[in-house]
Amino acid sequence: GVYWVDSQQKRYVPVKGDHVIGIVTAKSGDIFKVDVGGSEPASLSYLAFEGATKRNRPNVQVGDLIYGQFVVANKDMEPEMVCIDSCGRASGMGVIGQDGLLFKVTLGLIRKLLAPDCEILQEVGKLYPLEIVFGMNGRIWVKAKTIQQTLILANILEACEHMTADQRKQIFSRLAES
Amino acid sequence: MKETPLSNCERRFLLRAIEEKKRLDGRQTYDYRNIKISFGTDYGCCIVELGKTRVLGQVSCELVSPKLNRATEGILFFNLELSQMAAPAFEPGRQSDLLVKLNRLLERCLRNSKCIDTESLCVVAGEKVWQIRVDLHLLNHDGNIIDAASIAAIVALCHFRRPDVSVQGDEVTLYTPEERDPVPLSIHHMPICVSFAFFQQGTYLLVDPNEREERVMDGLLVIAMNKHREICTIQSSGGIMLLKDQVLRCSKIAGVKVLEITELIQKALENDRKVRKEGGKYGFAESIASQRITAFKMEKAPIDTSDVEEKAEEIIAEAEPPLEVVSNPVLWTPGTAQIGEGVENSWGDLEDSEKEEEDEDGTDEAIILDSIKMDTGVEVSNIGSQDAPIVLSDSEEEEMIILEPDKNPKKIRTQTISAKQEAPSKKPVRKRKKKRAAN
Repeated sequence: GVYWVDSQQKRYVPVKGDHVIGIVTAKSGDIFKVDVGGSEPASLSYLAFEGATKRNRPNVQVGDLIYGQFVVANKDMEPEMVCIDSCGRASGMGVIGQDGLLFKVTLGLIRKLLAPDCEILQEVGKLYPLEIVFGMNGRIWVKAKTIQQTLILANILEACEHMTADQRKQIFSRLAES
Repeated sequence: MKETPLSNCERRFLLRAIEEKKRLDGRQTYDYRNIKISFGTDYGCCIVELGKTRVLGQVSCELVSPKLNRATEGILFFNLELSQMAAPAFEPGRQSDLLVKLNRLLERCLRNSKCIDTESLCVVAGEKVWQIRVDLHLLNHDGNIIDAASIAAIVALCHFRRPDVSVQGDEVTLYTPEERDPVPLSIHHMPICVSFAFFQQGTYLLVDPNEREERVMDGLLVIAMNKHREICTIQSSGGIMLLKDQVLRCSKIAGVKVLEITELIQKALENDRKVRKEGGKYGFAESIASQRITAFKMEKAPIDTSDVEEKAEEIIAEAEPPLEVVSNPVLWTPGTAQIGEGVENSWGDLEDSEKEEEDEDGTDEAIILDSIKMDTGVEVSNIGSQDAPIVLSDSEEEEMIILEPDKNPKKIRTQTISAKQEAPSKKPVRKRKKKRAAN
């Protein structure tokens, strides 16, 4: 008897294997401290980037956004994350671009948006060209060509939580016309 | 908890957006967020919501001896508290700077402006005066605490009724609310704070900053004004240099805003007075629509649950009838029972166990209650009652279970319903349920 219970939750608990967006809070020696929204900041070694060596350090500043995954995540220990997959490739992880907007949503919405056949994402993609990164810790980074478009996208995604499919379609069709 | 740091990306974006006169929630530069005022059942209790920022205000009174150098005046006492539920960064020891600043500003705004007639609070000169105490609690922090708090304070004071008192010679009679109607306080005017946030060394200005905007602002100007365009308090913090005409412009904007807010307050007070007089229901419970979660939510969105019913009925029709109710837990020792099987330790094995889940028989589907509007909730519980043995409940002490230790433990099966048509597979969260055995 194993139960999967999906619920409304905003507070993130680190889980191994999750891809998250973190904010670098400190650089100390060989590791970065990255805030992921959990109870403790995660540690990220500077070698855990693609192509990083002792001489060739990655260009990461305090306050940058990092997309990575957890390799160690227990509820009693500080989690550890890396920006590299098991083969040593970045596959999209690493420092996220400089512009764009980061905002927070509930965990349930992220899981819904990341489901394999999510219509919301497809419709959003048809609206404007955009870059988007979802972190399982409830953070979404989005970037479109203009600030106005980015703000519209952020507001739509936040509102998707509370809208029915019909309302969403209405809103998208209105936006597509204007 | 430490505050979530502000990333460079967000800061840059916010500043650029402000330069282009765009705010995160689509407001204009001089727009306030929605203000909602609701009253409790007692006089003097109110909750003010400024967007998502929520402040609870409560006024109470007591008969005390007056201060020695002010023998004919009542005493006013203001207190603002930043509750820990308002923001993760508010911890009992750690809020002092912000707290002191806000309290001081509120005091100056309300006490020094003499908005309340303290002479009228005197009962017996030199011996008994009323002490009016205003307690404000910040329930949620989404920026601009000071405005919300000042509105809550003045609304609570206007709403409050103190017990009636009569003095005959030396005798002071304090009437209970049943004997004589309580008396409102004597309030001369309503000072309201308006906050202006400045960015880029005073080049750009926003009214009513929300939490994100407050993080990136350079300085804050607070003007407390009443509807007669009298400035009660003005304070500039953050160390930015403001030009004379900027301050004058802000005061003009504040005048307009205060008029609107005062109208709103009057309307809310009037509504509440009407409801109480007509004997209708009032109080916080009434102002929150029933069958909704009281979480912050977007404006009403009706949920279309017609397809849910069909899908649910389909699932129920196709499913096997559920097994007997959990009635035979395994008793290990007195006081320790087990219902169902425990789960093996899968520390580090998340991917494998995910696959195991796929193989379980089809009737075990994950519950996805994306928006728990009670409409859907009611559907779920209705469907639940058709399907008698749904055992899941939050109460640990629901049933008296008589334990017989030699029967086999049965697995708990539950019918679950997917509330949306979208594909249900998500990142699953494992839950173990153990019912405490009643002895």
